[in-house]
Amino acid sequence: MTSVAPGYYLVLAGLMFTIGVVGVLVRRNAIVIFMFVELMLNAVNLIFVTFARMHGNVDGQILVFFVLVVAAAEVTVGLAIILMIARRRNSADVDGVHLLKW
Amino acid sequence: MNLATLIFAVMFIVALGASLAMLFSPNAVHVALFLVVAQVALALAFLLQGAYFVAAMQIIVYAGAIMVLFLFVIMLLGVDKREALIEPLRGQRQVAIGLGLLLAAEISYTVLRGIHLAGFGSGGSARLNAINQNPGNVLAIARLLFSRYLLPFEATSLLLVVAIVGVMMLARRIDTAASIFEPIGAPTGAPLEQEREAV
Repeated sequence: MTSVAPGYYLVLAGLMFTIGVVGVLVRRNAIVIFMFVELMLNAVNLIFVTFARMHGNVDGQILVFFVLVVAAAEVTVGLAIILMIARRRNSADVDGVHLLKW
Repeated sequence: MNLATLIFAVMFIVALGASLAMLFSPNAVHVALFLVVAQVALALAFLLQGAYFVAAMQIIVYAGAIMVLFLFVIMLLGVDKREALIEPLRGQRQVAIGLGLLLAAEISYTVLRGIHLAGFGSGGSARLNAINQNPGNVLAIARLLFSRYLLPFEATSLLLVVAIVGVMMLARRIDTAASIFEPIGAPTGAPLEQEREAV
């Protein structure tokens, strides 16, 4: 079974990363913004796996494992922070959080 | 067109379509479900590239555990809240979409031009297939993870412990803070007792 050239996977990962960036810039809900960050991390995972295939070893796949663990820790802490803000302000809208704005 | 190309094409369309649908769906729950679809499509991409263990982890940890956590918090905060349509920064959306298109063009150009300059050759795929055949994908990852990457592996365990303790400190209930729940006390305890007796 011949496989698809790695460049197409990298293009897909780049497009998904771009959609994640645009989502973070455009959306207002903090949880939705967080999900777009997850989309960006997934795109980077695809890049790691593709480069692991191009190099012919599994080091890239181990990096995906580490990204997975860090993403899990980041999600727990980030969602706890969002939950605390939402408890105080009764909304998860990021535009309302401007205490430090000059 | 052989089978691998066909599967790749379907995966490409599903992953990209789900990501775009995330961008345009106003409801947070729909965004989470489209993210699950995109992650399953990416797991298929991992399978196509011989990363079997990572594909399983992608579905179990990402599409399973992390997305359930997201949905849990969305339900906790209320699903029926719409996003505000007023823009504090004028024209932010247009500028963001324009810059995003620019970034997509830049990344695509760099990848398509630079992939030939990288000089990996085409033997990588065959070597990875040989690794997946002889020690097996999981065994190869385990050997590398517990030898060369042992220190980062231990660091991630420390990171998880720190994250757990930090979340417990963040999410503990302070009495003066405005709470979305009723305080835990006698009024909630009484119906529970009645239910238990009824059962």
